[in-house]
This record gives sequence, C-alpha cells and structure tokens, in this order.
Amino acid sequence: MEPLTAPPPIRRLDPQDPTPAAEAPATATSFVAARRSIAAPQFSIRRMEVDDVSVHYGAKEAVKRVSLPIRQGEVLALIGPSGCGKTTLLRSLNRLTELTAAAKLTGSIRLDDVDIRLIEPTLLRRRVTMVFQQPNPFPMSVFDNIAYVLREQGSRRTKKKVLAPQVHSALQRAGLFEEVKDNLDHPALKLSGGQQQRLCIARALAAEPEVLLLDEPCSALDPQSTAVIEDLIVKLRDDVAVVIVTHNLQQAYRIADHVAFMYLGDLVEYNSATRLFNTPAQARTREYVSGAFG
Amino acid sequence: MEEELQPEYGPKWSDQRVERMLGALVVFVVGLLLAMIAVVFVRAWPSFAHNGLAWFGPGGDVDNQLQEISLSGQNGLNYVWTFHAWPLIWSTILITGGAVICGLVTALFISVFIVEFAPTWMANILQPVVRFLASVPSVIYGLLGVLILVPFIGNHLITQGEKASVAGVISLTGYSLMAAVIVLTIMIAPLMVSIFSDGLRSVKPGWVEGSLALGVNRWRTTWKIAVRAARPAIIAGTVLAVARAIGESVMLAMISGSTGWAPNPADGLIFVYEPSRPLAPTIVKNVDQLSSPPANATLFAIAAVLLFSAAFCSFAGWMARRAMRKYGAA
Amino acid sequence: MESSLATPPPPQAPPPERKAPTRAVEGSATWSLLDRLGLAFCWALGLLFCAIAVGIVVYLFLQGVKFLKLSELTTPAASGFSETESGGFSDALFGTLIVGTMGIALALPAGVAIAVWLVEYGRPAPLARVTELTIEAIAGIPSIVLALFGTVIFSSTALGFLSRSNEGVVFGRSFFAAAAMLALVALPLIVASTRQGLESIPRHVREASFAVGKTKAATTRRILLPTARPQVATGMILGLGRIIGDTAIIVVLLGATQNFAPVEGAPFPLDYLRGAGTTLTNFVYEASPTGNLNQPQKAYAAAFVLLLMVLGLNAAADLVHRRARKAGTWSH
Ligand SMILES: Nc1ncnc2c1ncn2[C@@H]1O[C@H](COP(=O)(O)OP(=O)(O)OP(=O)(O)O)[C@@H](O)[C@H]1O
Ligand SMILES: [Mg+2]
Repeated sequence: MEPLTAPPPIRRLDPQDPTPAAEAPATATSFVAARRSIAAPQFSIRRMEVDDVSVHYGAKEAVKRVSLPIRQGEVLALIGPSGCGKTTLLRSLNRLTELTAAAKLTGSIRLDDVDIRLIEPTLLRRRVTMVFQQPNPFPMSVFDNIAYVLREQGSRRTKKKVLAPQVHSALQRAGLFEEVKDNLDHPALKLSGGQQQRLCIARALAAEPEVLLLDEPCSALDPQSTAVIEDLIVKLRDDVAVVIVTHNLQQAYRIADHVAFMYLGDLVEYNSATRLFNTPAQARTREYVSGAFG
Repeated sequence: MEEELQPEYGPKWSDQRVERMLGALVVFVVGLLLAMIAVVFVRAWPSFAHNGLAWFGPGGDVDNQLQEISLSGQNGLNYVWTFHAWPLIWSTILITGGAVICGLVTALFISVFIVEFAPTWMANILQPVVRFLASVPSVIYGLLGVLILVPFIGNHLITQGEKASVAGVISLTGYSLMAAVIVLTIMIAPLMVSIFSDGLRSVKPGWVEGSLALGVNRWRTTWKIAVRAARPAIIAGTVLAVARAIGESVMLAMISGSTGWAPNPADGLIFVYEPSRPLAPTIVKNVDQLSSPPANATLFAIAAVLLFSAAFCSFAGWMARRAMRKYGAA
Repeated sequence: MESSLATPPPPQAPPPERKAPTRAVEGSATWSLLDRLGLAFCWALGLLFCAIAVGIVVYLFLQGVKFLKLSELTTPAASGFSETESGGFSDALFGTLIVGTMGIALALPAGVAIAVWLVEYGRPAPLARVTELTIEAIAGIPSIVLALFGTVIFSSTALGFLSRSNEGVVFGRSFFAAAAMLALVALPLIVASTRQGLESIPRHVREASFAVGKTKAATTRRILLPTARPQVATGMILGLGRIIGDTAIIVVLLGATQNFAPVEGAPFPLDYLRGAGTTLTNFVYEASPTGNLNQPQKAYAAAFVLLLMVLGLNAAADLVHRRARKAGTWSH
C-alpha cells in the first residue's frame, strides 16, 4: 500500500489548477473593502484533495458532494450562511466527524495523495490540526495547555525549562505572549474569550501541523487581535496549508487566496478571492456577497 | 389571612402551611444529626478524659483492656478506664488505606474502560455488574470471605515456615489484613466506579475533541484531559469510599481476624497475613458490653473517632475540590 | 525538484481501486507500549469484575440449591446441636420483610418531603445549604455509629413504648428502633434520587401550572411528583436494598436473638414490633463460622435468599429506569 510517511519536500505549482491565485486585481471593482496589501503567493502545492465528499447526519445531508483542493502556499476560506456545513466539512478533513456516531462520510479525501482513511487518525490529526469555533482551552495553566501538545508529541517527561522556548514562540506567533508572559501559570479558563481563542491557535501551531483548520478563529476577537491573527495566517501559508471558516467576508477578502462559498451543504462556487468577490460566477454567490455588504 | 387569599384550596394545603411543615421536618433532621454528634461526643467524653492522648497511643493488650473495662462496669465498684486503641487505629488505617488505594486504581481503570474504551457490548455487561457488586450486602461478602478466601489464604498462601516463624506471638490462620483488603476493595470499588464514570461522562466534549484534534491518541487524551477534568468527581467518589471503608464493621468483624493486634510492616511481607481488628468491628464485637458504663463510654469513644474521621475526610474532599476550581475543572 | 516545477506531472492513470479502502480506525496499534499495557489492564480488570460477580452469583446459587430446604423458610430457628436440629430461619426472613417495610415507610415520605423542600422551597438559603450538608453527612456516617446513637435514643424512658421495658428500665431494642435508624440509612439515597428527578423537570412545567392558578403545593403533588415518580421509585429501591443489606444496626438494635420475642400484653402487631427479632443479614452473620451459631450450610441458604432479594431489587431498578427512558421521563 501507499506509505504513510511525510510527503516529499517538493514545492511545485499546481499545473492543473484552472483558477490560479496570483492574478491581476480585477478592474471593475464592485467590492469596496480594501484588500490587505499582501503579496501574491509565491507558489502553491496541492496538499489535500476533497473529492466528492458528502456527510450525512442520519437522514440529514450536511455536506453534499463537495470537491475542492487545499494548497500549501495559499489560504482557503470557507464562507456561507450559518448551518451550511462549513464546520462539518472542516471536521471531516481530519476525521473528527468519526467521533459523531450519527455522521457518515462518503467520497474520499486525500492528503498528499494518500486517502486519509488509510492514515491512522492520531497521525493524521497531528498533521492536520484544528482550532474550534468555541475556544476550548484545557482546564490547566496557560503554559501547560501548550506544553501538553509538545509533551504528547515528544518526550512525555520533558521539563518545563526545556519546553519554555517552544511554548513562548508558539504564544508569540499567536500574538498572545505579551499579554500572558508574566503569568503563564494562570488558569487558561480565566483568560478572556479572545485570549482563549489565541491560546487555542498557539496550541495548534505548537503541534507543527502541515494543514491548519481554523473554524471562525476571529469571531471573539477585537480588531487588533484579529489583525495579529490575520498577519499570522498570511505568514503561515508558506509552511502550512491553511483553511479558515469565516463569517466575515471582508476578512475572507483580506487574507484568502481562494474562497469556497457553500450554501445548504452545496459547494456553490470555488474561486480565487478577487474573482469570487468581484465577479462571482454564480447568482447565489453574488447575492450573498453583495447582500452582506450592501 | 392566607386562607382568605386562597379560599379554594382551604387552609390545609395552603403554600405557607406546606412550606412550614416541610421546613419543620428539615429542621428536625438537621437537629437529629446535631443531636447525634453531641450525644456521641458526650457519651465518649469520660473515656477520652481518663486516658488523655494515650487513648490513641499504643500500650498493653487492647483486648484485655476492653475486657477489664467491661468487667469493672458490671461489678459496679471501681471503674477501669485504661484503653490504648493504637492497634485498632493502626488496623483501620492499614485496611482502609490498602482498600482505598487498590479500589481507586481499579475503579479508575474500570470507569475509563466503561466510558471510553470498552466495546458497547462489554460496557453493557460491565455496568450492571458494577451495580450488582455495589448492592451485595456486606454480610454476604463477609460470608464468602470467611468460607472461601480465608481458608485459601490460610492453606495455600501462608507457608508452614511462615506460620512457625511467628508461632509464639500470633497464629496465622488466613484471617488477615490481606483478606480484609481484598474483600473491602471489591466492596468499595463499584461505588467509586459509578461516581467516577458519571464524572467522566460529563466532561465537556470540547476538551476531548480539542485534544484529539491535536493528534493525541485516545488513551492519552482520556487520562490527561478527561480524567483530569473529572477530578472533582474522583475526589467525591474516593471520599465516599473512604467513609464507607472506615465505617465497614460486619464484614471486617468476620474476616479481619478480630484480634487486637497491630500488624507490623517491619516483620516483612508476612505482615499482610497477620490478623488485626479495626475500630468499627470492635464495636460490633462488644455490643453486649454496652450496659457496662465504662465499656459504653469506650465504645462511644470509638464511634466518636469514626464519626470524626468520616467528617474529616468529607471536609478534606471539599477543600480539595475547592482548590481545583482554580483551573475551572469543578 | 526543479524539474517538477517545469514539467507537469504525468497525467495520472485512472486509479485502479474503486472499492472503498479499508479504514485505519484508531486502534491501539500506534500507541506506545505503556498505553497498550494500560488498555490490557483495563480489559483484565473488567473481566475480573465480571468473573467476581458471576462467581458470587453462581457459587451462592449452587450452595443455595444444595442447602436450602423449603422447610427452612417456614420454620423458625431452634436451639440444637447440629444443622439438622436447629430449625430454619423463617423469623429472619419475616424480620427482613418487616424491617424493610417499616424502614421505607419512614424514609420514603421523609426523603421525598426533604427533596421537595430543597428543590421547590429552599428558603432561607442558609438552611438549605445546612440541609444539603446534613444529608451528605448522614450518607457518610458509618451505620454502626447510627446504631449506637439509636441505643441512646430508644432506651430513653420517653420512648419506652417503642420497645420492651421492665420496671422503668427500657430495653431499647426493637423493630421500631432498628427501622428508625435504618430509615436514616436509606434517607440520603431517596433524597438524592428524588431531587435529581425534580430538578430535571423544566421550569416551564411549573410556570404553566402556576399560570392556571394552582398553588405550589398542589403543583408539587399533582404534577411534579408524578413526573418524578421513576426517580422516586429508584431512590426507594436503592434505599430498600441498603436497609435489607445492613447488618450493624440490626445486630445492635434488634437484639441478639434468632427468634421473634414479642412483648407480652401488647396488641397484635405491636407486640412483635416492640420486641426483639432478627433478619437474614443477622442470621447469616451469626450462622457464619465466626458467629455464635456456626452453621455454614444454613448461612449459605440464608445468604442465597438474601442474594435473590438483592437481585430482584436490581432488576426492579433496571425495569423502572428502562420504562422511564422509554417514556422519556428520564433525562439520560
Ligand atoms: N452532531 C450533529 N448531529 C446532527 N446534525 C448536525 C450535527 N452537527 C451539525 N449538524 C447539522 O449539520 C448542518 C451543518 O452544520 P455545521 O456545523 O457544519 O454548520 P456551519 O456551517 O458550521 O454553521 P455555523 O456557521 O453556524 O457554524 C446543520 O444543519 C446542523 O444542524
Ligand atoms: Mg460552524
């Protein structure tokens, strides 16, 4: 069978991609939000492939025959009205749907051309980590929340001192370090909602994933922390394939290279961010994008 | 007045009246508990007063002391009070401690198994099994212990050499610390299992999912996140088990050996085969002496120690749970 | 590396396998050795527990079949030198039934009332907290301590009418005394279970009832308690199990006898209830090799009968639970 090893470190552009991300901004701009001045992606590698995936909760079909690629080197945003199956799709990417007894997945998802059903879930979830919609820091101190991940992935008895640099850098990357550096022993559940969410992001980063799934990471954040997270995501995209669910269309426009619009479980449109927001191909997309803004 | 406001229900079942009646009952039960505490300590006082702190210390043969105390009460002349309860206390500590430690480990693994890892059919068998084991009367455990476990230990585990080595001091027959701890463990572990598994089931699923989503396997997630988050329940269950173990009287009266002997760990491993008798069975074994005033006071003193220990471990559990609230796990 | 940038990868051959790939479910294969040993330990303990339970039932069943004679259920104990001469244990059997009935008759109304007060009234708040503490404390008090306390209460002259009294000296041991203290043992279980039932009834049920002008008392009696009936029943069954399984209180408060000892001169049921007696647990205790009778065969027979009662209670609790779940009145 196919080996379960890490992918070869080859960075190649995806030649099959019909919708290259790097392109000139559209001229006829109906979209008013300012696009963050981020450079176009340097490269993109297809890491995951969602192929004809449907998810049923009992009789209810929450995701209907969705196919899309997930690439390292760019950010993919999932948008759509509430209840359209974004979280469900995200959870199926690292087999968390299997924890729900009622959920049934058909179709296939591949990570580096290996069907994820062939990868042992624990190993898969180390490579594809997720940050949840509701912040869920563990009931321990801030330090231990991150050290937990490091200890479980490496040596379980590692001393606090040894782990400190890694913990600090993870907190720094999530933009939380300055706020908590003086009391890392503070219980994590006593942090504010936004701080908790950033802690969860830091925790996911500490796991050094290959694919990072973010489910509305900024819904509880103030504009400044949001900016920190957005910067982080854009910086991360070269090393990690990032998928982000967001209800904030401006945010999707600011940071995403590709956007997928879902509606009632269907993938209505998958397109580059500029195209999807400025010249949407589908009438539904146009309604949603303009309705939300206008 | 109230009656006039709600004429259709009559004065008999008006809310105020019902509340007052229920309140009176509640106050009565609270009063009963307070009265009990007071009575036990008042009755116990003479024994403590005559012995001072030596009551808790070692010295002499505790069985002889008890006998002399009750005899002196029956003769009605000069009451004898000397009582040094250390062997009984030490036996209580050993048996309770041993059973609670064994029970804690067993109950943790079994509840983790039931809640997380057992296939459904196995969990469906284990749950009624645990409920059944928790409901078997202690006297049945005692009977089975006496008729099966004790002879087994006496005939097969203790060697002739070991029996001979302590022959002059004490006879090893199988009535032992070991038998007591084993049976007591089987009695209290099911109690803990039911409380632990309730606790494990009510751990926020978000924490477990969060850990799984980071690629930590289910075993580690369960122990590091779920068990950790369920610690208040674990403490509550353990406290209950300690109280039950300290107070267990009949089963232990049957199989602990009923000798006022303090098993000595310095004897080496053989000490687990030594007989002893904890505090609670001492009361059961000497119920006949209640009519002798000094014996009555002595037995109440033992009851006071039991009561205090039970209250103390409840309090300790409460403190521990409070401390845990800091990290939000309560 | 660079070559792959330049040349597109060869078009992939259509994947040969179209059947669903075998899944790698999370087994323990990737766990570390220690984790796997832990899981094995779980299995071992689980099987051990099952084995112990099956062992107890099967062993007592075999012994019961071997030693239990129907005559033993109908003849009282007699003094005799061998197991064949010493009669049966009918008094013990009846004693268990009496104690169970009386204990529950006391504990059930009191427990339900306390639970109702805690959930529906609970004023003043400090008293509610004290009550909770009290109930918890009673649950943690060793039954032998309750028994000793009972000897003090019931040998007071004021309560002499509840037991045998002789020239002003009150014996203090009777079915009344034992049942009263056993009711305290059952009380916390009934309170906890009833409380759980009442608390799981949503608020709007009460509000709907108040809205049509019912008083709190009427709401509780007509709506809340009937809804919580399964939990009340469960509490009662658990409490009954504890009552018939208790030995310490019986040994201390029911008198050291193997027969009923009715008080002469009292009207019918009272003469027995005021007198001393015995129960199955007490009989097993005395008939075991460490007891005064030392008749292991009869101890087995009595233990078997006791076990049947416990199994019956367990089955009843299961039935109540299952029915309530089917009817949707049990939250989990
Ligand atoms: N565990 C579950 N059992 C049954 N149905 C579920 C479950 N989880 C989600 N669903 C259903 O699946 C559909 C998609 O849910 P999902 O959480 O994926 O939506 P979402 O797009 O993430 O919404 P939101 O933006 O509000 O987070 C919903 O209709 C929901 O009712
Ligand atoms: Mg969602």
